[in-house]
Amino acid sequence: MGVKIRIPTPLRQLTQGADLVEVPAGDVEGALRQLCANYAGMDKRLFKQPGQLNRFVNIYVNDEDIRFLENLRTPIKDGDDVSIVPAIAGG
Amino acid sequence: MSYVLGLKCRECGQTYPQKGVHVCELCFGPLEVHYDYAAMRGKVTRESIQAGPHNLWRYRDLLPIDGEPRSGHHSGCTPLKRARNLERALGVQELYLKDDSANYPTWSYKERVVSVAVTKAVELGYDTVGCASTGNLANSVAAHAAIAGLKAFVMIPHDLEQGKVLGSLIFGPTMVRIRGNYDDVNRLCSEIADKYKWAVVNVNLRPFYTEGAKTYGFEIAEQLGWRLPRHTVCPTAGGTILPKIYKAYREFIDLGFVADNQPKIYSAQAAGCNPVVEAICAGHDLIKPQKPHTIAKSIAIGNPADGYYVVQAVRHSGGWGADATDTEIIEAIKLLARMEGIWTEPAGGATLAAAIKLIASGRIPRDESICLCITGNGLKTVEVVVDQLAPPDSIEPRLEAFDRFIARHAAGEVLPLALGA
Repeated sequence: MGVKIRIPTPLRQLTQGADLVEVPAGDVEGALRQLCANYAGMDKRLFKQPGQLNRFVNIYVNDEDIRFLENLRTPIKDGDDVSIVPAIAGG
Repeated sequence: MSYVLGLKCRECGQTYPQKGVHVCELCFGPLEVHYDYAAMRGKVTRESIQAGPHNLWRYRDLLPIDGEPRSGHHSGCTPLKRARNLERALGVQELYLKDDSANYPTWSYKERVVSVAVTKAVELGYDTVGCASTGNLANSVAAHAAIAGLKAFVMIPHDLEQGKVLGSLIFGPTMVRIRGNYDDVNRLCSEIADKYKWAVVNVNLRPFYTEGAKTYGFEIAEQLGWRLPRHTVCPTAGGTILPKIYKAYREFIDLGFVADNQPKIYSAQAAGCNPVVEAICAGHDLIKPQKPHTIAKSIAIGNPADGYYVVQAVRHSGGWGADATDTEIIEAIKLLARMEGIWTEPAGGATLAAAIKLIASGRIPRDESICLCITGNGLKTVEVVVDQLAPPDSIEPRLEAFDRFIARHAAGEVLPLALGA
């Protein structure tokens, strides 16, 4: 049991095609760090610098944007869902 | 014949061939169509544009299609109207309205982006197009898919105005209402585009789709007699159209079609959803997402994907931003209708209300040319004004009854609600 991270298409070439990756619980930053440790190249795509996500990376925990929660410090527990979602044009 | 070189990441510059991708695999930055402007010189001219059809495809050399257009043969070329009554009311010298409430076939600026996206979807071999929408985009995708013979799958928030729901259903798409706000719909759509191999116009066709919005700016310039308004006020939702109008102006300047009068562009939002205006006024680049609370549902996007580029375009041009409360939006809708005979949706009301504030505060000088972007039609959002207009009196079909009605009117009596009386 851990936290499921949903991987969007543009990043799946780094995860050998996997769309769901499990990492241990903790907080969002820890989970993403673990993801980066597991898959080469992930770090550059997600983070501009340590503690700062790239401008167009949106992270959701159980359907809520982490910017409405505690950003990278948002706690996550076993069974939570984390999604990495690129920004989308309006409509 | 096309001048497209390929796609290029706006952030890191990585290049890609033309295909259904929308974000850079290296940095997640949005991809933008990259043209060979040098090759256009001497070939793409004012005259070549004027020799084109009376629709948005007259600008096809500056659009990312390789083959023939599949829809949009009657879209674009909407009125640019000199607003003389509003000029007097607002005390300004030269005011224009670019009126996409009259855009064919579904009455919003979305025809522009969808005409390009649907044509591109066919070129890239898709048989299904989709979108996440606050209503106008869904209407347009459904109609243009019908024209091009594609299947349509449109997703909307659950609480949209009836006119916008029916305005899609009539064209026969598969429509799903999502229990959430637009940002929830959008996020779901990005996952759907991943999983199903559809051309979701504002997701994986976004680089092509957004280019269609340039035609709004091209038309303003051409209709003004190959010159640019000094000030352009534009509504901001997801942030597609404003940077593309600015890009259109810059392209025409660079190609030598118009003089560079250093056009300024301004963002208008609803006060109940103003993440971009807030960033502009606070002077920072970071767009803090919001949970929208406004009657202006078509611009209720709390997490605007291209908000950053709106801020950049506004700032680069020397423009500014302003927002409007729901009450101000409704008053502006009525003002536009009563002064200029245009019934716009709340996005247009927000634009006029914001422009009034920008003029009053001196951000926009009264003696320079101004263009307001009216991007949608009020007939789709009757809910917004239905309680704001006194219902008409009802009388017997006799002259005496009419005389009494006129007498009451003349006396300034508030007419009672007299349905069936």
